Amino acid sequence: MTSRDAGPGRSVLLDVKGLKKYFPIRRGLLQKTVGHVKAVDDVSFFLNRGETLSLVGESGCGKTTTSRCILRAIAPSAGQVLLSDNGEVVDVATVPKSRLRSLRRQMQMIFQDPFSSLNPRMTLFDIVGEPLLVHGVGSVQERTDRVVELLSLVGLRPEYMRRYPHAFSGGQRQRIGIARALALNPRLVVADEPVSALDVSVQAQILNLLLDLQEKLGLTYLFVAHDLSVVKHISERVAVMYVGRIVETAPTEELFGSPRHPYTEALLSAVPKPNPRLRSERIVLQGEVADPANTPSGCHFHPRCQYAQAVCRERAPVQEEIAPNHFVSCHRATELSLRGVARSTS
Amino acid sequence: MQNDTKPLLSVRNLKTSFFQDEGTTKAVDGASFDVFPGKTLGIVGESGCGKSVTAQSILRIVDQPGRIVEGEIVLTRADGTETDLVKLKADGREIRSIRGGDIGLIFQEPMTSFSPVHTVGAQIIEAVMLHNAVSRKEARRRGIEALRSVGIPKPERRIDEYSFELSGGLRQRAMIAVALSCDPRLLIADEPTTALDVTTQAQILDLLRKIQQERGMAIMLITHNLGVVAEMADDVVVMYLGRVVEEGKVDDIFHDAKHPYTKALLQSIPSIDSTPRVKLPTISGSIPHPFNRPTGCPFHPRCVSFMPGRCDTEEPPLLSVGEGRTVSCFLYQ
Repeated sequence: MTSRDAGPGRSVLLDVKGLKKYFPIRRGLLQKTVGHVKAVDDVSFFLNRGETLSLVGESGCGKTTTSRCILRAIAPSAGQVLLSDNGEVVDVATVPKSRLRSLRRQMQMIFQDPFSSLNPRMTLFDIVGEPLLVHGVGSVQERTDRVVELLSLVGLRPEYMRRYPHAFSGGQRQRIGIARALALNPRLVVADEPVSALDVSVQAQILNLLLDLQEKLGLTYLFVAHDLSVVKHISERVAVMYVGRIVETAPTEELFGSPRHPYTEALLSAVPKPNPRLRSERIVLQGEVADPANTPSGCHFHPRCQYAQAVCRERAPVQEEIAPNHFVSCHRATELSLRGVARSTS
Repeated sequence: MQNDTKPLLSVRNLKTSFFQDEGTTKAVDGASFDVFPGKTLGIVGESGCGKSVTAQSILRIVDQPGRIVEGEIVLTRADGTETDLVKLKADGREIRSIRGGDIGLIFQEPMTSFSPVHTVGAQIIEAVMLHNAVSRKEARRRGIEALRSVGIPKPERRIDEYSFELSGGLRQRAMIAVALSCDPRLLIADEPTTALDVTTQAQILDLLRKIQQERGMAIMLITHNLGVVAEMADDVVVMYLGRVVEEGKVDDIFHDAKHPYTKALLQSIPSIDSTPRVKLPTISGSIPHPFNRPTGCPFHPRCVSFMPGRCDTEEPPLLSVGEGRTVSCFLYQ
């Protein structure tokens, strides 16, 4: 179905196939299941070694649930999460719990809120060193050395090791969270909205740090975000989600420059641009995001889509590769000409 | 700013401080600006810059232990008389008729700004009856009209629902309906779209623009999102740590920024039309804690144009640098 032509020297690290996560809705005395919230509904994508793929979408589209299924923080309802582990391909979705711990060394997470994701009663040494302790890595001295190394790597002074998180600003705390995620030398880092809780003047520092670390350590990022400007800045490829499904996946410039799915077009046009001379006619979507417990028939986006036809109501579109590495799920993908974001010349 | 029209609201040297046991926080430290009828003034700044406290000061709803220490907030009423809001009693009859009457307010978080135990309608009807001598039936009719005017479908039914039954976008629309129910001449919108998704944000911004055109109302838009300001504002005030650092027309601010903070902020934000994976210029350091407020110019520890002996000892005054343009920086003296 898909071409894996990712360029020379690149191989697939993570391959997600048909991932589903349904949460049961229970009602009444006997807690009978009356329906399902289809948070993730048949999601497929792959991630090459050393690249950054962003999952974007609005709240409730299932991007966080997808990332949690990949780490098996929650068990998926169906589908495969294939991680290549030293030449061997393992399905994280079904692997026995005993194997999971060693797999988790390879997959770490950076969280959104740097205030609630750090234990206020633990020092920086305890926080950053905890993954090492949990996985039984090294002696006390070796762990201390590693924490020193990690703190300098993320731009914090190692002397701060004995301090508590409250002494640090939001940006510095996010650096602590990044150091903790890197402690076990992971290959895949899942960053769930890592800059959205930070002040705008600090966001750029953290984004630059993530780019630096990727270059230095050869990390692979799955970046989950709602802010398209941030996504444009950090990613090589972008996957757009809408109500539990991926509607479009493409290389960053291509997705922003010439989107092929009407939802991507609307999303791009909704972003306010920091340039008063570009006050353009926006596409303002009518209505609301569909309820994942009661999804529309056919294409989930059809009730809000200005290009919708009868077929969109009847059949769900199948993902097609319409250009190299450009996947779209839309019945009219090849006939529509949609508006992207013009490159600024100033 | 403009000489042809008289400002609707004129804030002069406003200082609001919070007096706590740990020390005094100068949340707003000498802010001055004007809001003109029918125009949108954008107030931009990051957390702790005093933009929300400025709005609270105008409405005289600053929480204890904060209070206005100095300054004037002059509102031109519908009959042409001027009222200094600072001199009014914070819980007096006059300010209460201005709050929700002359000045409407929209908060950031539509979830917490509604009472969860009263229907949306009850809260609109309350506002209408407080400011107008009308019957409950008439107030309800006006409430339904207000909900309809902000694009809420089936307002006759929605008016009897509770705020938690509405989605984020509808709740923010209902909030705008409450603020508009008494036909304010100034609408203060404090981060009105921050809690919303981009497509919903686009809907709400569109709605605000439409309402402004219909009613000729002034909007004071408080936000940290430079994109929202660029789309909406006519004039822009940039704040940093309680002070106005720069003020001007929206085009001047975005295309000819003067203050080093504004320049750095504009360069450091990732933009949707920039090239991917290119490192952004950053502003070093982070926003200081209000107790450790730097001496002199509050931005000097992070400023690339820092002049030792000058910026860290003296406070720069607001200097005029062209028509309707002011900047608070020694570079322009």
